[in-house]
Amino acid sequence: MTVELLWWDGCPSHPEALAELRRVLREEGVEAEVSRVQIEDDEQAMRERFPGSPTIRIDGDDIVPPGEGAPFSLTCRVYRTRDGRYSPVPDPEDVRAAVRRAA
Amino acid sequence: MTAIGDRAPEFTLPDTAGEEHSLETPAVVVFTCNHCPYALAWHDRIASAARDYPDIHFYAINPNDAEGYPRDSLEAMRERVEREGDWPMPYLRDESQEVASAFGAKTTPDLFVLDADGVLRYRGAPDADYQDETLDAGWLRDALNCLRASEDVARPETDPIGCSIKWKQ
Repeated sequence: MTVELLWWDGCPSHPEALAELRRVLREEGVEAEVSRVQIEDDEQAMRERFPGSPTIRIDGDDIVPPGEGAPFSLTCRVYRTRDGRYSPVPDPEDVRAAVRRAA
Repeated sequence: MTAIGDRAPEFTLPDTAGEEHSLETPAVVVFTCNHCPYALAWHDRIASAARDYPDIHFYAINPNDAEGYPRDSLEAMRERVEREGDWPMPYLRDESQEVASAFGAKTTPDLFVLDADGVLRYRGAPDADYQDETLDAGWLRDALNCLRASEDVARPETDPIGCSIKWKQ
């Protein structure tokens, strides 16, 4: 399983996202290294198809697909938790579901 | 850059309907935006405080570069206010970014609480955790309660947490 965390330093959320991701991987018994990819400019954002920070991909698939037509740019991603609240990081249960799908 | 104890800069900015608003005090000036998840997560708590403190003037100001971040354009701000329909404070556009710069705002959100003389008494985050709705903008409310009681704010400064303000290049 390949696990990537793509992040941009204009958003302070990536340490929290990384900690949550590692926690879920540990709880699920998955021994995968998290590859961290810093996105530094718009050209790289386009090239990496980066919809915002943080973005987590497992085996190349975004764990929360951003939707058709989402722009690729240096921005912060807006996630929704399972109870409907806005969040700068994915709901941990969405992370867990993605890990289980890929395992 | 406005520090605790400094008099805050005055401003006049347009809201989403084109009406101009000038700073009146006491006030809460909130730099915020449409595209930042931290600003969105804290918005309801700040709006709730605005309703609970009708004697305080609340201003939400969006200073972000709309060219790079179209979700923060005046049109997108207007659509949001119309969609949500229950804003207890004007949503102002700081197109030149001069107001955000003069205040020294860093993030969205970034809050500035001004007393009746326009002096900065609190600056920072609404409360300790964007995820915990039960905190109910407690740091902001503590500051406002101190203003009402003419007391010094016990915690006058906290680190603003959120997305960096998107300055024009």
